[in-house]
Amino acid sequence: MPAVSFQQVEKTYTGASGTFRALDSVSFDIPQGEFFGLLGPNGAGKTTLISVLAGLTRPSGGRVTVMGFDVQRDAAAARKALGVVPQELVFDPFFTVREALRIQSGYFGVRRNGAWIDELLEHLGLTDKADANMRQLSGGMKRRVLVAQALVHRPPVIVLDEPTAGVDVELRQTLWAFIARLNREGHTVLLTTHYLEEAEALCHRIGMLKQGKLVALDRTANLLAATASTMLRFKTDQALPAALAGQARVTGRIVQLKARDAADVERLLAALREAQVRIEDLEIGRADLEDVFLEIMHAGGRQPALDGATGLGDVPASAGVAA
Amino acid sequence: MIRLAGARTLFFKEVLRFWKVGFQTVAAPVLTAMMYLLIFGHVMQGRVEVFPGVGYTSFLIPGLVMMSVLQNSFANSSSSLVQSKITGNLVFLLLSPLSHWAWFVAYVGASMVRGLVVGLGVFLVTVWFAPPAFAQPLWIVVFMVLGSGMLGALGLIAGLWADKFDQMAGFQNFIIMPMTFLSGVFYSVHSLPTFWLQVSHLNPFFYMIDGFRRGFFGTSDVSPWISLGVVGGSFVVVSAVALHLLKTGYKLRP
Repeated sequence: MPAVSFQQVEKTYTGASGTFRALDSVSFDIPQGEFFGLLGPNGAGKTTLISVLAGLTRPSGGRVTVMGFDVQRDAAAARKALGVVPQELVFDPFFTVREALRIQSGYFGVRRNGAWIDELLEHLGLTDKADANMRQLSGGMKRRVLVAQALVHRPPVIVLDEPTAGVDVELRQTLWAFIARLNREGHTVLLTTHYLEEAEALCHRIGMLKQGKLVALDRTANLLAATASTMLRFKTDQALPAALAGQARVTGRIVQLKARDAADVERLLAALREAQVRIEDLEIGRADLEDVFLEIMHAGGRQPALDGATGLGDVPASAGVAA
Repeated sequence: MIRLAGARTLFFKEVLRFWKVGFQTVAAPVLTAMMYLLIFGHVMQGRVEVFPGVGYTSFLIPGLVMMSVLQNSFANSSSSLVQSKITGNLVFLLLSPLSHWAWFVAYVGASMVRGLVVGLGVFLVTVWFAPPAFAQPLWIVVFMVLGSGMLGALGLIAGLWADKFDQMAGFQNFIIMPMTFLSGVFYSVHSLPTFWLQVSHLNPFFYMIDGFRRGFFGTSDVSPWISLGVVGGSFVVVSAVALHLLKTGYKLRP
């Protein structure tokens, strides 16, 4: 039994400006114990998919299960198996940190949970804020409380929707150390993030959404291997020749060019020399997830580089099968 | 099936919420009711006698108590829900496995507690002006419980429906306030012209106030059994609507 199963999930919004398809037949499974990353640009449907999973939104079609429980028909059991850290920094201004955690625990019917609450507070660096009112906490501290609230009933499946948005480096490290520990102890983790280096470092498998469709689904290592494996990075103050400008990713003075192999690297360097572009700090390195992501998202009208729905080795057999 | 797991926590959370801001949610309405009593009681005392042998101030006190119970029961569930929706923290409840019955029992229960606490407060500060009798105390309890329950459920509906504070203020100012003021809190509806008397008889709030007063004076505009039927029936209808909205996730789970 997979921890999470999405089966042909559809979500359509009908408004004054017409119909908007937020999710278009999304199907994949997340096996128990996996650390799964869901990536995609803003508006790709990541939060909608998580809202359907958490029962916050009803799907227009398809089926979602959590630990075998249908999120619509067996909502209470599905929600008990799920701990969700919402993207918005929300809090109840009437209560202290400890009160908020006790209340959340009580909603799940879990009482006398003090020891686990203390443990959560300690692991998330909240112990000395336990009796502070939620309003007095900084944004980063409020984010920690959201994580604690999601974990208070010890759910087997943890969903983190952009948990590190606007969070300082120290908290990110504390948070990931804790989540990685929970994952090692057997919890399944579903993560959406904009920090691709986090996804690359943490996730066993990655799915990518684009305009409501699943356009990639594979092991992180396979995704990295399947794309251009070499990147040429350098700094320059000059304009690139037209032939290279089109394929370059430019961030300030830093230019990145994709190369298939050593011969390609030589060809690129020759083109730069010919155009008399002065370059500094030249590096040749492996492509990272950001490169893969951009390649897949910019695939435009043509068939994306990887297509989870048509099955790339690692896709579980049940993915893509209609309910 | 009625599943109530977790309802106890939500109930205590809702009670704690209003209690933590008790100055605003309990002390303020008690003060308002006392102002009404001082002003209306002073102006009207000796000029009208609604029931034989009952002075105006004595007549007014149960009306003010019930009005405060009703308004505060409504305010508790409605404002709590709208605030949670607007600030976004309703997500904590939406993520929980609480059933629609649990939501209903907890929100309505806490609203009743707020209504009853404010009602008791109003009674304690006004009773000194004209100590009332307790002719048929069971009616007092029955109408206080049913009235606060119905307004708590109505507040739940309003809180689910409203997306903004001004929509809620509209509901409160254009529906709840006129219905409470036109229910005979300050007068006996029999002193009204025939048309308005008939209009008042369509207002369930009238039966709540009239039945409640019966408990104090042993006399009322209509039979308390009729009032019980109207108020009980309204409570059942409003509760059924609220439960249906909760079950279908109206405006909660789009």
